[in-house]
Amino acid sequence: MSTVKKFLFLNRKAPYGTIYALESLEVVLISAAFEQDVSMAFVDDGVYQLLKGQKTDGIGMKNFSPTYSALGDYDITRLYVEKESLEARGLTVDDLMDLKWEDEDDDWAEKDSIIVVSSAELADIMEQQEVILSF
Amino acid sequence: MKFTVQVNEGPYQHQAADTAQQFVRAALEKGHEIYRVFFYHDGVNNGTRLTVPPQDDRHLQKGWTELAEKHGIDLVICIAAAQRRGIMDPDEAKRQGLDADNIAPGFRISGLGQLIEGGIQSDRTIVFGD
Repeated sequence: MSTVKKFLFLNRKAPYGTIYALESLEVVLISAAFEQDVSMAFVDDGVYQLLKGQKTDGIGMKNFSPTYSALGDYDITRLYVEKESLEARGLTVDDLMDLKWEDEDDDWAEKDSIIVVSSAELADIMEQQEVILSF
Repeated sequence: MKFTVQVNEGPYQHQAADTAQQFVRAALEKGHEIYRVFFYHDGVNNGTRLTVPPQDDRHLQKGWTELAEKHGIDLVICIAAAQRRGIMDPDEAKRQGLDADNIAPGFRISGLGQLIEGGIQSDRTIVFGD
Protein backbone atom coordinates (compact mmCIF):
# COMPACT_ATOMS: atom_id res chain seq x y z
CA MET A 1 0.00 0.00 0.00
CA SER A 2 1.71 3.16 -1.16
CA THR A 3 -0.51 5.86 0.33
CA VAL A 4 0.94 7.35 3.50
CA LYS A 5 -1.44 9.38 5.60
CA LYS A 6 -0.98 11.30 8.82
CA PHE A 7 -2.76 9.35 11.56
CA LEU A 8 -3.21 10.76 15.05
CA PHE A 9 -4.56 8.64 17.87
CA LEU A 10 -6.21 10.90 20.42
CA ASN A 11 -6.37 9.39 23.90
CA ARG A 12 -8.75 11.02 26.36
CA LYS A 13 -9.53 8.36 28.95
CA ALA A 14 -7.79 7.04 32.07
CA PRO A 15 -5.93 3.75 31.51
CA TYR A 16 -8.21 1.70 33.77
CA GLY A 17 -11.89 2.02 34.56
CA THR A 18 -12.83 1.63 30.91
CA ILE A 19 -11.24 -0.35 28.08
CA TYR A 20 -10.74 2.60 25.72
CA ALA A 21 -7.04 3.11 26.47
CA LEU A 22 -6.11 -0.57 26.10
CA GLU A 23 -8.05 -1.06 22.89
CA SER A 24 -6.69 2.22 21.52
CA LEU A 25 -3.17 0.92 22.03
CA GLU A 26 -4.12 -2.24 20.13
CA VAL A 27 -5.14 -0.14 17.11
CA VAL A 28 -1.97 1.94 17.34
CA LEU A 29 0.21 -1.18 17.22
CA ILE A 30 -1.72 -2.55 14.22
CA SER A 31 -1.40 0.79 12.42
CA ALA A 32 2.38 0.47 12.55
CA ALA A 33 2.15 -2.47 10.15
CA PHE A 34 0.60 -0.18 7.51
CA GLU A 35 3.64 2.11 7.41
CA GLN A 36 1.67 5.27 7.99
CA ASP A 37 2.80 8.52 9.60
CA VAL A 38 1.51 7.78 13.11
CA SER A 39 1.54 9.96 16.20
CA MET A 40 -0.41 9.96 19.44
CA ALA A 41 -1.89 12.66 21.64
CA PHE A 42 -2.89 12.49 25.29
CA VAL A 43 -5.41 14.93 26.72
CA ASP A 44 -7.81 15.09 29.68
CA ASP A 45 -7.58 11.90 31.81
CA GLY A 46 -5.69 10.33 28.89
CA VAL A 47 -2.47 11.78 30.37
CA TYR A 48 -2.78 9.21 33.17
CA GLN A 49 -2.03 6.49 30.59
CA LEU A 50 1.61 7.61 30.58
CA LEU A 51 2.05 7.81 34.35
CA LYS A 52 5.08 5.92 35.64
CA GLY A 53 4.88 3.36 38.42
CA GLN A 54 1.48 1.97 37.51
CA LYS A 55 0.47 -0.96 39.73
CA THR A 56 -2.72 -2.80 38.93
CA ASP A 57 -2.55 -5.91 41.16
CA GLY A 58 -5.26 -4.55 43.43
CA ILE A 59 -7.85 -4.19 40.68
CA GLY A 60 -7.20 -7.46 38.87
CA MET A 61 -6.25 -5.76 35.61
CA LYS A 62 -3.24 -6.35 33.43
CA ASN A 63 -0.77 -3.46 33.67
CA PHE A 64 -0.29 -2.62 30.00
CA SER A 65 1.77 0.53 30.55
CA PRO A 66 5.09 -1.19 29.58
CA THR A 67 3.69 -1.42 26.04
CA TYR A 68 4.14 2.33 25.59
CA SER A 69 7.91 1.81 25.92
CA ALA A 70 7.83 -0.40 22.81
CA LEU A 71 6.19 2.22 20.59
CA GLY A 72 9.57 3.61 19.51
CA ASP A 73 10.44 0.23 18.01
CA TYR A 74 7.29 0.54 15.88
CA ASP A 75 8.44 3.95 14.57
CA ILE A 76 5.83 5.71 16.68
CA THR A 77 8.05 8.40 18.09
CA ARG A 78 5.78 11.38 18.77
CA LEU A 79 3.57 11.24 21.83
CA TYR A 80 2.06 14.69 22.34
CA VAL A 81 0.89 15.42 25.88
CA GLU A 82 -1.28 18.44 26.50
CA LYS A 83 0.27 20.78 29.06
CA GLU A 84 -3.05 22.07 30.38
CA SER A 85 -4.29 18.53 31.05
CA LEU A 86 -1.14 17.76 33.06
CA GLU A 87 -1.43 20.98 35.07
CA ALA A 88 -5.12 20.50 35.82
CA ARG A 89 -4.21 17.16 37.39
CA GLY A 90 -1.19 18.42 39.36
CA LEU A 91 1.19 16.46 37.12
CA THR A 92 4.43 17.35 35.41
CA VAL A 93 6.40 15.52 32.72
CA ASP A 94 8.53 14.04 35.56
CA ASP A 95 5.50 12.02 36.66
CA LEU A 96 5.36 10.35 33.24
CA MET A 97 7.29 7.35 31.94
CA ASP A 98 10.66 8.15 30.39
CA LEU A 99 9.82 7.03 26.86
CA LYS A 100 12.62 7.06 24.28
CA TRP A 101 13.16 6.21 20.65
CA GLU A 102 16.37 5.66 18.72
CA ASP A 103 16.99 7.97 15.76
CA GLU A 104 18.72 5.91 13.07
CA ASP A 105 19.45 9.10 11.09
CA ASP A 106 21.34 10.52 14.07
CA ASP A 107 23.68 7.63 14.96
CA TRP A 108 20.88 5.91 16.93
CA ALA A 109 20.76 8.72 19.46
CA GLU A 110 18.10 8.22 22.13
CA LYS A 111 15.44 10.88 21.96
CA ASP A 112 12.37 11.66 24.04
CA SER A 113 9.10 10.39 22.62
CA ILE A 114 6.99 12.54 24.92
CA ILE A 115 6.47 16.08 23.68
CA VAL A 116 4.57 18.42 25.98
CA VAL A 117 2.51 20.88 23.95
CA SER A 118 0.00 23.59 24.79
CA SER A 119 -3.63 23.22 23.91
CA ALA A 120 -3.17 25.72 21.05
CA GLU A 121 -0.13 23.83 19.71
CA LEU A 122 -2.06 20.56 19.86
CA ALA A 123 -4.89 22.17 17.91
CA ASP A 124 -2.37 23.03 15.17
CA ILE A 125 -1.01 19.47 15.19
CA MET A 126 -4.54 18.08 14.88
CA GLU A 127 -5.23 20.49 12.03
CA GLN A 128 -2.34 18.92 10.08
CA GLN A 129 -3.67 15.36 10.38
CA GLU A 130 -5.58 13.40 7.77
CA VAL A 131 -7.09 10.77 10.05
CA ILE A 132 -7.79 11.31 13.75
CA LEU A 133 -9.10 8.34 15.71
CA SER A 134 -10.25 9.38 19.15
CA PHE A 135 -10.59 7.09 22.13
CA MET B 1 -17.06 11.90 -0.71
CA LYS B 2 -15.91 8.54 0.60
CA PHE B 3 -16.40 7.90 4.32
CA THR B 4 -15.23 5.33 6.85
CA VAL B 5 -17.32 5.34 10.01
CA GLN B 6 -16.13 3.98 13.34
CA VAL B 7 -18.74 3.03 15.96
CA ASN B 8 -17.33 2.75 19.48
CA GLU B 9 -20.43 2.27 21.60
CA GLY B 10 -23.06 -0.41 22.00
CA PRO B 11 -26.67 0.02 20.94
CA TYR B 12 -29.30 1.38 23.35
CA GLN B 13 -26.76 2.10 26.09
CA HIS B 14 -25.42 5.08 24.17
CA GLN B 15 -26.68 7.29 21.38
CA ALA B 16 -23.46 6.98 19.35
CA ALA B 17 -24.74 3.92 17.46
CA ASP B 18 -28.00 5.70 16.55
CA THR B 19 -26.17 8.81 15.42
CA ALA B 20 -23.72 6.77 13.36
CA GLN B 21 -26.56 4.95 11.62
CA GLN B 22 -28.41 8.21 10.97
CA PHE B 23 -25.20 9.70 9.57
CA VAL B 24 -24.74 6.74 7.23
CA ARG B 25 -28.30 7.06 5.92
CA ALA B 26 -27.98 10.82 5.47
CA ALA B 27 -24.64 10.48 3.68
CA LEU B 28 -26.07 7.88 1.28
CA GLU B 29 -29.11 10.05 0.59
CA LYS B 30 -26.76 12.89 -0.35
CA GLY B 31 -24.96 10.61 -2.79
CA HIS B 32 -21.83 9.98 -0.74
CA GLU B 33 -20.11 6.61 -0.48
CA ILE B 34 -19.71 4.69 2.76
CA TYR B 35 -16.52 2.71 2.29
CA ARG B 36 -16.84 0.84 5.57
CA VAL B 37 -18.46 0.91 9.00
CA PHE B 38 -16.07 -0.44 11.61
CA PHE B 39 -17.41 -1.55 14.98
CA TYR B 40 -15.02 -1.34 17.91
CA HIS B 41 -15.14 -1.40 21.73
CA ASP B 42 -18.76 -2.10 22.82
CA GLY B 43 -19.77 -1.07 19.31
CA VAL B 44 -19.35 -4.73 18.34
CA ASN B 45 -22.67 -5.36 20.12
CA ASN B 46 -24.38 -3.68 17.18
CA GLY B 47 -23.72 -6.90 15.29
CA THR B 48 -25.64 -9.51 17.27
CA ARG B 49 -28.82 -10.89 15.74
CA LEU B 50 -30.22 -11.87 19.15
CA THR B 51 -31.43 -8.48 20.36
CA VAL B 52 -35.13 -7.99 20.89
CA PRO B 53 -35.93 -4.36 21.66
CA PRO B 54 -39.48 -3.42 22.72
CA GLN B 55 -41.84 -3.28 19.74
CA ASP B 56 -42.33 0.48 19.95
CA ASP B 57 -38.57 1.11 19.88
CA ARG B 58 -36.20 1.33 16.94
CA HIS B 59 -34.31 -1.85 16.02
CA LEU B 60 -30.73 -0.75 15.57
CA GLN B 61 -29.18 -4.08 14.61
CA LYS B 62 -31.80 -4.67 11.93
CA GLY B 63 -31.17 -1.12 10.72
CA TRP B 64 -27.54 -2.03 10.04
CA THR B 65 -28.48 -5.26 8.32
CA GLU B 66 -30.93 -3.36 6.09
CA LEU B 67 -28.19 -0.87 5.17
CA ALA B 68 -25.90 -3.74 4.23
CA GLU B 69 -28.57 -5.51 2.17
CA LYS B 70 -29.89 -2.40 0.45
CA HIS B 71 -26.65 -0.52 -0.16
CA GLY B 72 -23.99 -3.21 0.09
CA ILE B 73 -22.27 -1.44 2.96
CA ASP B 74 -19.27 -3.24 4.45
CA LEU B 75 -20.03 -3.75 8.16
CA VAL B 76 -16.90 -4.95 9.93
CA ILE B 77 -16.70 -6.08 13.54
CA CYS B 78 -13.28 -6.05 15.17
CA ILE B 79 -12.31 -9.62 16.01
CA ALA B 80 -10.33 -8.82 19.18
CA ALA B 81 -13.14 -6.66 20.59
CA ALA B 82 -15.75 -9.23 19.50
CA GLN B 83 -14.00 -12.14 21.18
CA ARG B 84 -13.92 -10.25 24.49
CA ARG B 85 -17.62 -9.52 24.27
CA GLY B 86 -19.00 -12.75 22.85
CA ILE B 87 -19.86 -11.74 19.30
CA MET B 88 -19.20 -14.80 17.15
CA ASP B 89 -19.64 -15.85 13.56
CA PRO B 90 -19.99 -19.57 12.76
CA ASP B 91 -16.32 -20.05 11.84
CA GLU B 92 -14.99 -18.28 14.91
CA ALA B 93 -17.43 -20.07 17.23
CA LYS B 94 -16.27 -23.39 15.80
CA ARG B 95 -12.62 -22.42 16.11
CA GLN B 96 -13.15 -21.48 19.77
CA GLY B 97 -15.13 -24.65 20.47
CA LEU B 98 -18.30 -22.71 21.33
CA ASP B 99 -21.82 -24.02 20.92
CA ALA B 100 -23.38 -20.98 19.26
CA ASP B 101 -22.83 -17.94 17.09
CA ASN B 102 -24.79 -14.71 17.06
CA ILE B 103 -23.55 -12.47 14.25
CA ALA B 104 -26.29 -10.59 12.42
CA PRO B 105 -26.69 -10.82 8.62
CA GLY B 106 -24.64 -8.28 6.69
CA PHE B 107 -21.83 -8.11 9.26
CA ARG B 108 -18.43 -9.73 9.01
CA ILE B 109 -15.70 -10.19 11.62
CA SER B 110 -12.21 -9.08 10.72
CA GLY B 111 -9.09 -7.43 12.09
CA LEU B 112 -8.18 -3.93 13.20
CA GLY B 113 -6.26 -3.48 9.97
CA GLN B 114 -9.65 -2.93 8.32
CA LEU B 115 -10.04 0.28 10.31
CA ILE B 116 -6.62 1.60 9.32
CA GLU B 117 -7.17 0.58 5.71
CA GLY B 118 -10.53 2.36 5.80
CA GLY B 119 -8.79 5.50 7.02
CA ILE B 120 -6.27 5.27 4.19
CA GLN B 121 -8.86 4.64 1.47
CA SER B 122 -11.49 7.17 2.57
CA ASP B 123 -11.61 10.93 2.25
CA ARG B 124 -12.91 11.23 5.81
CA THR B 125 -12.95 8.94 8.82
CA ILE B 126 -15.55 9.76 11.43
CA VAL B 127 -15.62 8.34 14.95
CA PHE B 128 -18.88 8.00 16.86
CA GLY B 129 -18.40 7.36 20.54
CA ASP B 130 -18.09 8.68 24.03
